[in-house]
Amino acid sequence: MSPTFRRYILTKLAWYLVALLAAVTLNFFLPRLVPGNPVDALMARFLQGGAGASASKTYQAFITQFHLDRPLWGQFLAYLVNIFRGDLGQSFSLFPARVTTLIGQAVPWTIALQLPAILLGWILGNLLGALAAYKRGAFDRNLFVTALALSSIPYYALAIVLLYVLAVAIPVFPSAGGYSFGTFPQLSWSFFLDALHHYLLPFLSLLVIAIGGQAVGMRSMAIYELGSDYVNYATSLGVSDRRVLGYVFRNAMLPQITGLALSLGTLVGGALITEIVFSYPGVGTLLFNAINANDYPLIQGVTLIIIVAVLLANFLVDLAYGAIDPRIRAARSGER
Amino acid sequence: MLTRTRFLRTAIRSSRFNTSLVLVLLVLGFAILGPLLTGHDPNAVVGGMNASPAAHPPLGTDNFGRDELTLLMYGTRNSLEIGAIAGLAAVLLGVLVGTVAGFYAGMVEEALMGVTNVLITIPAIVVLILLSVALGSRSAVTMGLIIGVTSWPWTARAVAAQTSSLRTREHIDIARLSGSSGFGIIVRDVIPYILSYLGMAFTLQLATAVLTEAALSLLGLGPTNTISLGILLQWSLLWEAVRQGVWWTFIPPTFFLSVVSFGLLLLNSSLDEIYNPRLQGGGGSCD
Repeated sequence: MSPTFRRYILTKLAWYLVALLAAVTLNFFLPRLVPGNPVDALMARFLQGGAGASASKTYQAFITQFHLDRPLWGQFLAYLVNIFRGDLGQSFSLFPARVTTLIGQAVPWTIALQLPAILLGWILGNLLGALAAYKRGAFDRNLFVTALALSSIPYYALAIVLLYVLAVAIPVFPSAGGYSFGTFPQLSWSFFLDALHHYLLPFLSLLVIAIGGQAVGMRSMAIYELGSDYVNYATSLGVSDRRVLGYVFRNAMLPQITGLALSLGTLVGGALITEIVFSYPGVGTLLFNAINANDYPLIQGVTLIIIVAVLLANFLVDLAYGAIDPRIRAARSGER
Repeated sequence: MLTRTRFLRTAIRSSRFNTSLVLVLLVLGFAILGPLLTGHDPNAVVGGMNASPAAHPPLGTDNFGRDELTLLMYGTRNSLEIGAIAGLAAVLLGVLVGTVAGFYAGMVEEALMGVTNVLITIPAIVVLILLSVALGSRSAVTMGLIIGVTSWPWTARAVAAQTSSLRTREHIDIARLSGSSGFGIIVRDVIPYILSYLGMAFTLQLATAVLTEAALSLLGLGPTNTISLGILLQWSLLWEAVRQGVWWTFIPPTFFLSVVSFGLLLLNSSLDEIYNPRLQGGGGSCD
C-alpha cells in the first residue's frame, strides 16, 4: 500500500466517522427537540397511571435505560457509550426484549430478500442496458421506455400490483408473511419450500425494479462510450467489434460499480415498504410496528442500522474507487 | 442560453417533452379542477362499505362508504401541494447554500460544502422518520417543509458547482468593478444564469417529495387529518383492502403516484436534453 493510498483511506475513514457522529447525534437529538416527545409522553403515561408495583418497576427500568435522571448531554454521552458497547436498549412495546435481539431477528429476512434482488438486478440490468445501447432500434426503444418507467415508479407500486394480481385475484402465491401461519422457522425441507413460496413475490417485485434502474444507467453510459473518440478511432483502425465492445463495456462499468455499491447501502433500508405490503418479517415490518406502538428505542435502533449500512456502503465505494482509478485517488487525496 | 422561440421550437419537436408535459398537465388538471367540479366533501359518506365501481360512485367507495374518486382528487391535490412546498423549500435552501458557497469560495465554500456533504451521506429517510416521530401531528405544510429541509443538499451541491464556474465570467467581473455587493451579484448576475437548471431541479424535487410523502405515510408517519395519495394507500393496507380484493381503493392511488413520478422525471430528462444536449445526467440526480 502506497503512502498516498494510505492517506486517502485515512482521510476517508475520518470523514465517515464525522458523518457517523453527525448521524448518531441527529438520531439522539431530533426526537428530543420537540416538547412532548415519545419518551416524555411515555413517562407522563406512567406517572398518571399511578405507581402499581410492575409499572413503577418498568418506569425505573426506563429511567435507568435512558439515564433520565441526568441532564440531556449526560443522556447523550450515555447513549454514545451504549452504542459503542453494542447496546441499543430495550423495546417499549415488546418489553423486556432487547432492541438488538429484535433487529437481529429481522435483518436476515431483509437481507435474504434484498441481496439477491440487488445482485441479480444489477447483472441483468447491465446486460440488458448494454445490449440496448449496442442494438438500438425497436429493441432499444421498447426496453428503454419500460426500464425508465420501472425506474421512476415507486418501488412498492409493483409490490402492491403483484400482491393483488398473483396472490388475491389469481391466488398462486400466499398473500402475507415470510412463512405459513402456525409453522416456525426450522431447518427442514418443507419449511424451506414454504418460505420460498412466500419469498418469490416480494423478491420478484424488488428484482424487476432493480433491473429497470440499472438498465437505464448502463444504457446511457454505453451510448455515451460508443460515441466517444476512442471507439471511432479503434473502429477506423479496423479493430474487431467484439474487442471494441469489450473496451466500451469496461469503461461503462466503472460508474455502474458505484451504482452497485450504493444500492448495497440500501440493503437494510431500501425495501421497507415492500415488507410492509407483504407483511414480510423484516426490518420494514419491524419499523412499522415500532412506529405504530410509539416504541422509541426500537425506532432509533432501526434508523441507526439503516444509517450504518448506508455509510459503510459509501465508504466501500470510495475505497473501491480509490483502488480502481488512480486519477481519483491522486486528485482526491487532499480533499475533505 | 436558449432564446424563448428556440426553446419552444426544440421543445415541440421532442416527443418525450410532449408526452411528459401532457401527463403532468392531465394530473394537475385532475387535482386542481376535480375538487372544484365534484362539489362535495371528500369525507362525505355516499354509499355502502367497499361498494364496487358502478355508474354512481364511478370508482366505488372505501371502507367507510366514501366516494373513492373524490378522495383520489383531493389526495392527488394534497400530495402535489406537499410536493410543491417541499420542492420550493429544497430549491430555495439549495440556491442559498449553493450560490453563497460557489460565489465566495475559500473557507465559506469549504464549510458549507462540508455540511452539505455530511447531510448527503446521511440517508434522508432516517432524518424524516425521526422528525416525523417527534412531531406528533403533522399538517400538509409541515410535511412539505420537513421533506424540503431534508432534500436540499443535492441541489446545493449542483448549484455550487455551477456558481463557481460562473464566478470567473466577465459579466461578474464587471458587476464587481461597478461596486455591486456580493448579494446583489448573486441575485442579478448568478441566479438568472442558472434559472433553467433550477426549474429542472424543482421538477426532480417535486417528484421525489411526492414519493417520499407516500413512503412516510405507508410507514404510518403521514400527514394527520389530511388525504394524500400515500394516506389513501395506507388506509387501503390498514383495512386489508388488497387481500379482500378491493382493488379500486389501492390501484388508482398507486397508478397516480406512478404517473406523477414518471411524468415529472420524464419532463426533467427532456428539459435536460433541450437545454443542454451535451449534458450527461445533469448532476441533479436525487435518489
